[in-house]
Amino acid sequence: MLIQYIAFYVFAAVVVASAFMVIAARNPVHSVLFLILAFFNSAGLFVLAGAEFLAMTLVIVYVGGVAVLFLFVVMMLDINFVRLRQGFMQYLPVGAMLGAVLLVELLLVVGAMTIKPDIEALAAPMPPVERQSNTHALGELLYTRYMYPFQVAGMVLLAAMIGAIVLTFRVRTGVCKQNISAQVARRRADAVEMKKVVPRAGVSGGL
Amino acid sequence: MDEFWTGYAVPGIWIVVKILALLVPLLISVAYLTWFERKVMAAMQLRMGPNVVGPWGLWQPFADALKMVVKETIIPTKANPGVFLLAPMLTFMLAIIAWAVMPVGEGLVISDINVGVLYLFAISSLGVYGIVMAGWASNSRYAFLGALRSAAQMVSYEVSMGFVIITVLLCVGSLNLSDIVRAQENVWFIFTPLLPMAVVFFISALAETNRHPFDLPEAESELVAGHLVEYSAMTFGLFFLGEYANMILMSAMTTVLFLGGWLPPLDIAPLNWIPGPVWFLLKIGALLFVFVWVRATFPRYRYDQLMRLGWKVFLPLSLLWVVLTAGVLMAFGWAPGGA
Amino acid sequence: MSALTNVLRSMFLWELLSGMALTFKYMFRPRKTLNYPHEKGRLSPRFRGEHALRRYPNGEERCIACKLCEAVCPALAITIESEPREDGSRRTTRYDIDMTKCIYCGLCQEACPVDAIVEGPNFEFATETREELYYNKEKLLANGDRWEAEIAANIAADAKYR
Repeated sequence: MLIQYIAFYVFAAVVVASAFMVIAARNPVHSVLFLILAFFNSAGLFVLAGAEFLAMTLVIVYVGGVAVLFLFVVMMLDINFVRLRQGFMQYLPVGAMLGAVLLVELLLVVGAMTIKPDIEALAAPMPPVERQSNTHALGELLYTRYMYPFQVAGMVLLAAMIGAIVLTFRVRTGVCKQNISAQVARRRADAVEMKKVVPRAGVSGGL
Repeated sequence: MDEFWTGYAVPGIWIVVKILALLVPLLISVAYLTWFERKVMAAMQLRMGPNVVGPWGLWQPFADALKMVVKETIIPTKANPGVFLLAPMLTFMLAIIAWAVMPVGEGLVISDINVGVLYLFAISSLGVYGIVMAGWASNSRYAFLGALRSAAQMVSYEVSMGFVIITVLLCVGSLNLSDIVRAQENVWFIFTPLLPMAVVFFISALAETNRHPFDLPEAESELVAGHLVEYSAMTFGLFFLGEYANMILMSAMTTVLFLGGWLPPLDIAPLNWIPGPVWFLLKIGALLFVFVWVRATFPRYRYDQLMRLGWKVFLPLSLLWVVLTAGVLMAFGWAPGGA
Repeated sequence: MSALTNVLRSMFLWELLSGMALTFKYMFRPRKTLNYPHEKGRLSPRFRGEHALRRYPNGEERCIACKLCEAVCPALAITIESEPREDGSRRTTRYDIDMTKCIYCGLCQEACPVDAIVEGPNFEFATETREELYYNKEKLLANGDRWEAEIAANIAADAKYR
């Protein structure tokens, strides 16, 4: 078990450190890269917890998809650091106040929380890992008990997708568009005609 | 102390031995893939290809490697050195670690995890970071344009690749790569109605690995070399190795998903005497030949054509196939039993 | 009917496959390239390569320092100085060609009334420094001695067209 403990503390430490660096890094691109590192190490934590399906999905969806788009956008930002820091003192009181409120709330929540004695039993995977892989377990839950929320989530995503398309789609008239099937369907006979041209007969002589 | 030996040291050494047994042939084949590509391309273009260093130019990969190692690594003044150096290492590392779950033969796999396909898919979806980081850190227009193109391209083709994988998974009922191969014991998936998906997968694999005709991120004639412009010596070498290792990885993935992994074409006497890993290697070799063959045949896609193919052709087609496969499996009760 | 065949063609990637079949066939064709340092292509007698200053068969150098080549050279690559020799004949004391400037147009050999400066068949004279490409009279005469047989044969072969 020793290796699991070492792995857990390494992953956890890297997650916390890189999450801190996400907000502390000067360069926004570095922030995104640290965010990716945090995602990746949380996937490692999932694997340690026996939730390998979630771990892989986290990497595929967040690291492979979402963070790429983050990076894509952030890379193209042209940030002026001097101007960014100008308003810092001005917004400090508001920020500090918000932070203080959050801190108090967190303290209240954490202070009121009591750790249940049977936490070990609660944290254990519901059907034991030996009997059923967590991919199957997740699928069974998603497609039976949580069928409707799952479908609703899908509909929400679909609506968001259609919305994005509607917002950005524009029909432009007067542009030449490539019609690939027409191009591919074109045969040599449609395009080229062999003519027998009589020499020295002028332009129209042979035609 | 006894527990230390039996519990950690011996398994640890055993894992290292297994990793080396996989990695050393892999790296050698990556080196020889460059030679193979140059020879095959040359043959198709009526040229000779490398033939000076050693018999038939067989030492050429080592000469190239030596050149890469001894040359000077140049980091541009305005580059971001950390990210600049991290990018090639990341590319190379990702191409290597994906092999951890690849079943070379019956039971011959370093880590036979339950979600092998997802792991492979996750790792291959990370390949874009090497290129994006390289493009950004180089602080050069060409590199940056290459990175932008590559980000959009890889994200687009991953989507249809995911759907293709889902069609296979529907027929298998498991995410384990060895199970996927075993499910093809009777007939490889490429000879079933999944054939179009195999073609879509292979073409998407070309796009994923930035190979011709989808090599827009490095398009020599427009972007000079895209994300590779500022790289020299071993940093370039790592990119190069990573790219070719990715080609082998994608071929292996296609083999496992559609060509029956280590299984012989027919389970009859002379064919099943040949050990599984040999079949696996033969199939990978054939697919790599197709990689090179495609490169020698087709011109580069234009960027909008690439996007059109990914989003307007492959995505609807693979989505349709997912629905069809699921429908047929359910209607005839062929769906592999879950749990 | 043709619309249907077109659809079928594109669905089965017919065009791509026929293209790939073509490249596959070409893979087994004989190679067109030469194995350069070991095999070389045929050169025309008019090939314009490295310059050479020729001599008459009795060993007398041909150049009479008329400086027509210097005048005609579009790249200003030729520099000539001359003075009478002891026997009173006009000879060059200096004949330099800057090979880094030369564009191998062949006007110098066209201009030469005595076929002294010629561009020979040699094209393998790459050097590691630029200085080695500043040819002087000795170098050019040495080239002439070295390539005389080939140059004479080339001039003879081309003579009937001039």
